[in-house]
Amino acid sequence: MMPTRSFWNDTGRTGIAAWLFSTDHKRIGLLYFYTALAFFLVGMTLGGLMRIELMAPGRTIMGPQTYNALFTVHGVVMIFLFIIPAFPGAFGNLVMPIQIGARDVAFPRLNLFSWWLYVIGAAVVITSLFTGGGPPDTGWTFYVPFSERTGTNVSLAVFGVFIVGFSSILTGINFVTTIHRLRAEGMRWGRLPLFVWSLYATAWVQILATPILGVTLALIIAERLLGTGLFDPTRGGDPLMYQHLFWIYSHPAVYIMILPAMGAITEIIPVFSRKPIFGYKMIAFSSLAIASAGSLVWGHHMFTSGMSDRAILIFSFLTFVVAIPSAIKVFNWVSTLYKGSISLEAPMLFALSFILLFSIGGLSGLILGAAATDIHVHDTQFVVGHFHYVMFGGAAFAFFGAMHYWLPKFYGRRYAEKPATVAWALMFVGFNITYFSMMLLGIKGMPRRYYDYLPEFAPLNLTSTIGSWILISGILLLLVNLFRGLRKGEVVGANPWGGATLEWTIPSPPPTENFEQEPVVTHGPYDFSKAGMP
Amino acid sequence: MTTPHHQDQAGAKLGMWLFLFTEMILFGGLFLLYGVYLARYPHEFAQAGQEMHVVFGTVNTVVLITSSLLAAMAVTAIQRDDCRNAVLFLLGTIGCAVVFLVNKFFEWSSEIGRGIYPNSPTLAAGPPGESVFFSLYYLTVGLHGLHVLLGATVLGVVALRAQKRTIHAGHYVLLENGVLYWHLVDLIWIFIFPLYYLLL
Repeated sequence: MMPTRSFWNDTGRTGIAAWLFSTDHKRIGLLYFYTALAFFLVGMTLGGLMRIELMAPGRTIMGPQTYNALFTVHGVVMIFLFIIPAFPGAFGNLVMPIQIGARDVAFPRLNLFSWWLYVIGAAVVITSLFTGGGPPDTGWTFYVPFSERTGTNVSLAVFGVFIVGFSSILTGINFVTTIHRLRAEGMRWGRLPLFVWSLYATAWVQILATPILGVTLALIIAERLLGTGLFDPTRGGDPLMYQHLFWIYSHPAVYIMILPAMGAITEIIPVFSRKPIFGYKMIAFSSLAIASAGSLVWGHHMFTSGMSDRAILIFSFLTFVVAIPSAIKVFNWVSTLYKGSISLEAPMLFALSFILLFSIGGLSGLILGAAATDIHVHDTQFVVGHFHYVMFGGAAFAFFGAMHYWLPKFYGRRYAEKPATVAWALMFVGFNITYFSMMLLGIKGMPRRYYDYLPEFAPLNLTSTIGSWILISGILLLLVNLFRGLRKGEVVGANPWGGATLEWTIPSPPPTENFEQEPVVTHGPYDFSKAGMP
Repeated sequence: MTTPHHQDQAGAKLGMWLFLFTEMILFGGLFLLYGVYLARYPHEFAQAGQEMHVVFGTVNTVVLITSSLLAAMAVTAIQRDDCRNAVLFLLGTIGCAVVFLVNKFFEWSSEIGRGIYPNSPTLAAGPPGESVFFSLYYLTVGLHGLHVLLGATVLGVVALRAQKRTIHAGHYVLLENGVLYWHLVDLIWIFIFPLYYLLL
């Protein structure tokens, strides 16, 4: 039976405005979710078009300038408008307050303001595509000197990203404060679900790294509008300083993207293995270790840009250090699976493929982090393949897993299992064909961001493009099945998966206040026997 | 919301401190550039530093420190539930902010009059390091000026609410946070002043 009163209707406010101006973390979470998903679909379409263009050598469906704009906008949309806001904004908002036993986040109005800033920033980015000199063509990294000289609409796009960054900072502040101040009675730090731990580490990265992006982007605008010349060698500036500042933010930013994904996986795996998580403390610690060590490795993006050998050695070493906490997580997930009673439902399929794809992505990252091999594959399709293995195979697969795991909680209905399995299989196969081909192309020497290529690269490019069609068809099937299920699928009870964290103790969908009376926590998040689970 | 409003003052202050960290790091990017370029162009920076108006800088430093004192006094006043004085002290702080900005306006006018501004022909003719110094100076001080404007606006709102007695001895976290922000604006100037006016 679905409860008749839930956050969808129990305040009596159901119009559009009641959603757009709601301070309820669940409504804001869904706003974030649908906005981010819309941008994912935009980015996916752009990516698909790029693959079609690269299907054969020479011009296929577009000219070189359009291609440059496509890879730039694909990157900006996917990174700044999808993956950075998506996990903390959507599932962080939806689940985190409930998991710590709170009614809402610490600053509900600030939370709403963050979503609005995100939407406004996104609108400015979109506007930049159709006004001024047309969509930016610099790549999502906005490297100088090109970003200072190109006639395209870089200033406006950068300003939009600046606003989105501010939104990200406010979410971080909100989450750190919430996790410090609003834990329910008995919710000690050692009893926090690991998803909350991962959001906590993420929030610190958002707070400490994003301001550097802000000032860097502001400097691009100043360079373009005022001609300050800080990155212009003819006037004493140094373009490398731009790269440093940019990566001081943007490398930690990849941990904003992956840490919450790891947290979601850590929730899914014990529940679907019917076993407590292995190594709780080490997983919690490794999130913090990744966040702190990951802030010191930005230089590995610049091995070929000009840097002293000693600096290369240090950055390379630190990059390898980050692999340790990442590996700790992987080993703990696998140990949790060991002798578990594994049930292969959709969230678990995505979680398991996350482990494999993230491991491939992570290990290929070490190839890039070691200076000697990096010089061979730097700026090739290998980098593109690596990045998509971590960000798509990692973060986005976890996002899809989290959708199947948590959205039934907020809709009270669930997806159909069989189509979800087919969709997952299509995505998994299509994904590997698409991006493994890219890694091979990179090792053979095909540069990234090139519009055209030599004939010997044609077979692998064709393979990659065909893979992208399989991948996209899997995603579409997944979305159709999921949303049909959420609208008229099987009704689920409070705890469809047998989880032991707090969100499974309240009705699906939950009431606006989450808990009828403030919960008192007496056991850990993966203590299934004490939670009354068999 | 019909739910009883739960006020967590310690939480509000924690949030404010986190926000202050982000502001420091925002300026940190510019200070980082200052450090790198100073190491690269020590002579040009020293040369350019001679052009700065130490008098303007010193007056503004005194003005800002006074403003911080007044802001702190506003907090003490509200703790004693003396709303009238709290509002007066806040208005004094805002007055200092205005004096600071007017002073800045005359300083910049004088410099621009001498052909010192980003991308100016005078600087383009000089050594590259000097143009970097002045670009950084205008950007850092400009960003700081924006924060002065923002901080004064925030304190204006706070003063208005203290006047309406929605801020009082039992509930003054907004005032405290506004004042914390003002201290940050002051603190950043305390770093800008020696770096650009005194050291070189």
